[in-house]
Amino acid sequence: MSGKTPGRPKFSGSPRGTGEAKPGPGGHVTDWQKPLLKKARWRWWEFVLWAGAFALPLVTPSHSLMINEIAIVALFAMSLDLILGYTGIVSLGHAAFFGFGAYAAALFAKLVMPDPTVGLAVAIVLCALLGAVASITILRGTDLTRLMVTLGTALLLLELANKLDWLTGGADGLQGVVMGPVLGLFEFDLFGRTAAWYSLTVVLVLFLLMRRLVQSPFGATLKAIRDNRLRAMAIGVPVAARMVTVYTIAAAVAGAAGALLAQTTGFASLDVLAFDRSADVLLMLVIGGVGWLYGGVAGAIVFRLLQDWLSAVTPQYWMFWIGLILVLLVLVGRDRLLRPRTWFGRKPA
Amino acid sequence: MLTILFDGIAYGMLLFVLAVGLAVTLGLMNFINLAHGAFAMAGGYITVFAMQKAGLPFLACLPLAFVGVALIGALLERTLYRPMYGKPHLDQVLFSIGLAFMAVAGLDYFVGSSQQNIQLPEWLRGRTEIGDGALLLGMGHYRLFIIAVCAVLTVVLQFILARTRFGSRLRAAVDDPRVASGLGINVNVVFLLTFAVGSGLAGLGGALGAEILGLDPTFPLKYMIYFLIVVSVGGTSSITGPLLAALLLGIADVAGKYYIPKMGAFTVYLLMILILMWRPQGLFTRKGAR
Repeated sequence: MSGKTPGRPKFSGSPRGTGEAKPGPGGHVTDWQKPLLKKARWRWWEFVLWAGAFALPLVTPSHSLMINEIAIVALFAMSLDLILGYTGIVSLGHAAFFGFGAYAAALFAKLVMPDPTVGLAVAIVLCALLGAVASITILRGTDLTRLMVTLGTALLLLELANKLDWLTGGADGLQGVVMGPVLGLFEFDLFGRTAAWYSLTVVLVLFLLMRRLVQSPFGATLKAIRDNRLRAMAIGVPVAARMVTVYTIAAAVAGAAGALLAQTTGFASLDVLAFDRSADVLLMLVIGGVGWLYGGVAGAIVFRLLQDWLSAVTPQYWMFWIGLILVLLVLVGRDRLLRPRTWFGRKPA
Repeated sequence: MLTILFDGIAYGMLLFVLAVGLAVTLGLMNFINLAHGAFAMAGGYITVFAMQKAGLPFLACLPLAFVGVALIGALLERTLYRPMYGKPHLDQVLFSIGLAFMAVAGLDYFVGSSQQNIQLPEWLRGRTEIGDGALLLGMGHYRLFIIAVCAVLTVVLQFILARTRFGSRLRAAVDDPRVASGLGINVNVVFLLTFAVGSGLAGLGGALGAEILGLDPTFPLKYMIYFLIVVSVGGTSSITGPLLAALLLGIADVAGKYYIPKMGAFTVYLLMILILMWRPQGLFTRKGAR
């Protein structure tokens, strides 16, 4: 006898029933997962954004260097977002990892081998190690303590890079870094098109990983730690372990950004570790919006364009405008910046 | 040897006067003010201008720097800082860094980026030496003057905080602003005065330190880390903590630069990180402080 096998009762109603939540067997979506999955879904404009980014070096080859730079700082800002926006760790010294990655990649290319991908991997691993070590310092204390130790770590590395001039070139910067072709195929050209595509590819890959990370249950626990550490601890989130992990990952990503910069410019100097860089990336992230990976991207673009425009108007006093923007930003309220409707009228109670 | 110790103490005392205002805003009002160095710089520049343009004597400039910067501080507190008290620390950091950046670039625009010098009066320029050999103690008169001024200030501050009516009002306002205002204390005025005095002290420190630390528009960023070290290592629950931390930092910095000049500021940063890992609330703090 052929036909349907009897037995299983049919579900009434829609397959993803609105009734009681079922602990669906593998692959089935339960009710409480829906809003989370909806948040994680890809939007159309994300594809447009990335496709546009990859197309740009073709459309305007003369801006390739700028695109390369924006991609790199966007990655750097996203890595800061992991610890600041998602976990709530205030850091004033994130440039420590950026600079360490830059020096690691540049030195690796100079002393060991010029292949960029291997150099990138080495820099990422080294930065992750540094991040894991440095994460011990941020576990205890208040915001002020964390501010101080992150700032201190960056200054420490800056001082080291300055003093170890036989290795890093000191204040003159590390020169004479010659990079090999990417994957042995694509030479870095003068206009920076290869550089732009190389950076964009690395940024995209790391972005996908980070996107997956922050939307996973792991990411949810990070947000729990940010919102209320005590409660997170009470519901069984291993707070210290989570903080160490995310700090390590953020350090690795920041190191990747630094390595990209060093590889595409063939140069590493003390300013990759400077305080200004930490402050700039913080500002970028804040302009774009924290707790949102695209905040880093948006912030990097806006920041770079602002910098171009303001430096053209008043070359020396860029710092003044940056300060003014920061002050206004905070006075208006960071969360209201992206919603212009709320600029006027009363504050919500 | 003793000379280094002496210089370190003078340096530490100077740092203490510069940073004590920060300790007050941070510890008492729980506000992270990275623009504190800008107030110190303002004091330094007021002194320079008063001496060069108006021809005032150095001693008359010091109170002027204090009062001038205190007024600026009061004005800024009333207009800009007050809305920041309740905000998250990230907002405070961004806001005060922004202010510091504006101060740096603004001064650069109006005054120029060159280093400013202060002409010390004759009686402060000399140097007295006692003893000889390893125990030689050379005391620059100006450093002696700084130590004396700072010591007097410390005693006065401690007295005001611990013994006067204003001090107890301040402590009450800090512990619980709502209850304090319920008891008839005008919390806003107390905070305003405290902030103004804190800034004024920074201005005084800037005026005193212009000779030793150097004075140019990047001052707020260059010494920000030192002020923060004093406050975070010293703890913010009293003023003896920052005092001891400032002395420690001053001596360590001067001795470090003298004995191991290759290491530069490396030792100071490393020490700070280690101390903060060991005692995140600062070295000299009572348990239970915030």
